[in-house]
Amino acid sequence: MTSPDSISGAANQADGSGGPLGWLESQRNRLIVLSVMAAAAMLLPLIANNYVLEVMSNVWFYVMLCLGLNIVVGYAGLLDLGYAAFFAVGAYTTGILTSQFGVNFWLTIPAAVLFSCVAGIVIGGPTLRLRSDYLAIVTLGFGEIVRIIARNLEITGGASGLIGIEKPSIFGFEISQIAHFYYVFLILAVLACFVSYRLQHSRLGRAWQYVREDEDAAEAMGIDRVAVKLYAYVIGAIFGGIAGCFFAAKMTAISPETFTFQQSVLILLGVVLGGMGKIPGVIVGAFALVLFPEVFRDLGSSRILVFAIVMLVIMLYRPEGIWPAKKS
Amino acid sequence: MALLTVDKLNLNFAGLQVIKDLSFSVEQGSIASLIGPNGAGKTSVFNCLTGFYKPGSGRIDFDGRAITRQRPHRITRRGMARTFQNLRLFKSMTVLENVMSGMHCRTRAGAIGAILRTGSQRREEREIREFCESCLEFVGILGEKDRVASNLSYGTQRRVEWARALATRPRLLLLDEPAAGLNFDEKQRLIGLIKRIRDELDITVLLIEHDMGLVMKVSEMITVIDYGRKIAEGNAQQVQSNPKVIEAYLGREEDEEP
Amino acid sequence: MSFQDILLQQLANGLILGSFYALVALGYTMVYGIIKLLNFAHGDLYMLGAFIGFVVLSFLSAFLGDSWTGILCSMVLSMIAVGLLGVLIQRVAYQPMLSAPRLSILITALAVSMILANLVMALTDGEYLAFSTDLGYDGLELGNVFITYTQMVLVGAAAVLMIALYLFVHKTMYGKAMRAIAIDQDACRLMGINVNRIIALTFFIGTSLAASAGIMAGTYYGSIHFFMGFVVGLKAFTSAVIGGIGSIPGAMLGGLLLGLLESYGTQIPFIGTEWKDVFSFGILILLLVFKPTGILGKTEIERM
Ligand SMILES: Nc1ncnc2c1ncn2[C@@H]1O[C@H](COP(=O)(O)OP(=O)(O)OP(=O)(O)O)[C@@H](O)[C@H]1O
Ligand SMILES: [Mg+2]
Repeated sequence: MTSPDSISGAANQADGSGGPLGWLESQRNRLIVLSVMAAAAMLLPLIANNYVLEVMSNVWFYVMLCLGLNIVVGYAGLLDLGYAAFFAVGAYTTGILTSQFGVNFWLTIPAAVLFSCVAGIVIGGPTLRLRSDYLAIVTLGFGEIVRIIARNLEITGGASGLIGIEKPSIFGFEISQIAHFYYVFLILAVLACFVSYRLQHSRLGRAWQYVREDEDAAEAMGIDRVAVKLYAYVIGAIFGGIAGCFFAAKMTAISPETFTFQQSVLILLGVVLGGMGKIPGVIVGAFALVLFPEVFRDLGSSRILVFAIVMLVIMLYRPEGIWPAKKS
Repeated sequence: MALLTVDKLNLNFAGLQVIKDLSFSVEQGSIASLIGPNGAGKTSVFNCLTGFYKPGSGRIDFDGRAITRQRPHRITRRGMARTFQNLRLFKSMTVLENVMSGMHCRTRAGAIGAILRTGSQRREEREIREFCESCLEFVGILGEKDRVASNLSYGTQRRVEWARALATRPRLLLLDEPAAGLNFDEKQRLIGLIKRIRDELDITVLLIEHDMGLVMKVSEMITVIDYGRKIAEGNAQQVQSNPKVIEAYLGREEDEEP
Repeated sequence: MSFQDILLQQLANGLILGSFYALVALGYTMVYGIIKLLNFAHGDLYMLGAFIGFVVLSFLSAFLGDSWTGILCSMVLSMIAVGLLGVLIQRVAYQPMLSAPRLSILITALAVSMILANLVMALTDGEYLAFSTDLGYDGLELGNVFITYTQMVLVGAAAVLMIALYLFVHKTMYGKAMRAIAIDQDACRLMGINVNRIIALTFFIGTSLAASAGIMAGTYYGSIHFFMGFVVGLKAFTSAVIGGIGSIPGAMLGGLLLGLLESYGTQIPFIGTEWKDVFSFGILILLLVFKPTGILGKTEIERM
C-alpha cells in the first residue's frame, strides 16, 4: 500500500482537505494524537471511578467485536446478521469448560478458537457461494438457531444460562477487579486493531477488497472467492469467539438473551456508523454504541429506535460512515 | 502443437442456442482471432473457456488437460488470463493494486504471515510489487501506478486490464475487443503490444475484435463464427475471400433471414 | 383422536398458517422480482398492518361492531395505509440506494425494519395488545375435528386476495408491465413504460397484502405484538424461497407448503414446539444451499 501522503496532491475530493480532521493526514500529527490517546487510555484507571471503568471496558470489548465483524462486512463485503452467534460460541465454551469441567480459563481460549473456526466453516462453507442477500438471511437464521439451542440444552443451562464462571488468574494474580478487566479489554482491543491493520494491508486484505468490488473480475484474476470469503468469515468468528471467552470471564454468568438478533444488529451498527472497512471508523462506532445510551439514559429501550434511525440516515447521506474518507 | 483445443462446444440459454458444435484450436505461440457479427457468441465462447459459463456439452483442453466446467480461478491458475469487453477494473483501487490482483494466484502468504509480517511475507510483497511494476512498464503506464482506476481515461483503463491479465503470468491471453474505444494512435500501439506479448513474453494470444484492419494485421489464424456456429477458418486472405464470411457481415443480397 | 383426525386437524391448522405465510411471501417475491431487493422491512409491515387495523377497528367498532363488517372495513383501510407507507419507504429509503452496492441497500432495509419494529415497541411499551373481536367460536364438526367459521372465512379471504392478484398480474396491462420490468428494466423504460410508477404499484400491492395477513393473524390469534413480524417475515421469506423467489404462484405454493410442514412437523415426537423455529430455519438453510431456485424458480445465468 502506498502511504496516502505521497499522493494527496491528486486531490479529487473537494471536501477532504479542509475538514476538521484534515491535519491528521500528516504522519507526525497522527503519531502525536495516537500517543496522547494511548497514554490517556492507559492512565485512565488511576483517576476514574468504577462506573467509568465499567463503561470503558465495555467500549474496548465492543471495539473488538466490531473489528471482528468489520473483517466480514467491511473488508469482505458480506452482510452477517448472526455475528452474536460466534460471540456466544466463545462465551459458552469458556462457561461450560470452566464451570462444569474445571478447565483452566486460559486453556478454554484455544478451545473457543477451535469451536468458532468450526462454526464459521460449517455455516460459511456451504453458504458463501450464495448471493449476498441470501447470505444475510442464512446468517440471521444461524444466529437464531444458536440462541435457541443454547436456550434448550441442559449443558448450556437452558434459559437461565450459566453462573459461577471462574475469574481467570495469571501467574497467581487473580483478574477480578474492574480495573484489571479494563486493562484486559484494552489489550484485546489493541491486539484486534493490530491484527486488523496487518490483515487489511496484506495479500489477503487486498483479495477481500477485490472480491468486494467485483467478484467476477476477482475470479478471473485467479482468486478463489469462496475461499477468500471463508477466510474472512473464520477470522471474524475467531475475533468474536475470543471476545466471548473474556466476556464470560468478566460477567461470571451468561444467558442466551445476551446473544439475540438485536445484539448482532448492534455490533453491525457499530461497524456501519463509523465507516465500514476503516479501523478508526469502527473504533469511533464502538464508542458511540456504548457511550450514547450511557449519556442519554432516559431513552431506555428506545435507544435501538434512535440507533436504527441513525443507521438509516448514515446509509442515505453518508454511506462511508462518520469517519472521513481517505483522500486519494 | 495446439495449446487450446475446443471440441464440439454447445451452450444454451433457456432455449436460445448461443454456441453450436463449435470446434477450433489455437497453436502454441500463435496470435489467433475469433471474429463474427454482433451477438454471434464470441464473448460467450470466452466465458466458456474461462469457466464463467458452463457449456451444455463439448470439451475444452488447455495445455494438454481438460478444463471443461472447471471454476474460473482454477483455469486462471492453469495459465489462461482474460480481459473483459466491458471494463471490469476494481474501480476504487489504484492502478498498481489492480495489477497486483493478478499476482494473487502466483503467491501464497496467508493470514498468519500477514499478522506476524514474516520475512517470507515481506519478500513476497516486494516481489509482487516489482513484478506488477514491470507489467505496467510493459504496457507503458508505469507512471500512472498510484492513480485511482476510475479516474483514468478509457484507453488507460484498458491498458490496466492488459497489465492485470499479464500479471497472472499466463500462457494464453484472451483479449475481448481490446481496440474498442481506442483512437487511431492507440490502436497502432496495440498492434505492437500484441506482437511484443507474443514475441517477448512468449504468451499465446487469442483475441476477439471488430476492427478488421487490426485483425488482419496481427492474426496468423482467424476463426469466424455466426449464430454460434463456425463458418470459416484460415489466415487473413482465406477468410477475407470466403463468401460465407462476407455474407455473415454484409447480409445476403435479398437479405432474407436464415 | 384417531390418526386421521390428527391429520385433518393439522391440515386445517396448516392451511391457515400457510395462508398467512403465502400472503406475506407474495410481497417479498413481487418486490424481489421487480427490483431484486430483499425487503427486510416486509415482516414489519405485516406487523404494522395488524396494529393499524387494531387502531382503526377500535374507532369503527362503535359504528360497525366488532364483527365481520368492522373487521373488513378496518382491513381495507389498513391495507391502504400500509400500502402507501410501503410506497413511501420505497421512495425515501430504497430508490436512492438502487445504484449503491448491494450491501448498502441491505443495511438500509434492515434499518427500516428496525425503525418500524422499535417504533411500535415504543408506542406500545412492548406489551401484547388484545385484538378483541366477537366472531364467536361456532364452527363445523367433522367427526372429532372442529373447524371454526373464522378459520374458514380467513382461508377463503386469503384465497380471494391471491386469485385477485393472480388475475391482476396476468390479465391487466399493469401486470404485464410488472412482469416486463422484472425481465429488463431498461428496455421497459425505452418502450415508454413509467417504470417508477409500476415499482410503486408493486410495493403498494405487496405491502398491502402483508397488512391484510397481519389483520387476519390478529383476528385469528386474538393478540398482537411488535415482534410478531420478525418470525413471520423470516418464515414468509422461507416460503418465497421454497416456491422460487420472484415467482408469484411459487410464493403461494411455498407459503402453503411451509404452513403444512410446520403444523405436521410439530407433531413429530422429537420436534417439540421449542424446536419449531430451528426446524423452519433449518429448512431454509438447507434449501438455500441445495436448491436456491426453489420449486418454480428459474435458473438464471448471470450475464458477464
Ligand atoms: N447470461 C446470458 N443469458 C442469456 N443470454 C445470453 C447471456 N449471455 C449472452 N447471451 C446471449 O447470447 C448471444 C451471444 O452473446 P455474446 O455476448 O456472446 O455475443 P458477442 O459475439 O460477444 O457480441 P458482441 O460483438 O456484441 O460483443 C446474444 O444473443 C446474447 O443476448
Ligand atoms: Mg462480445
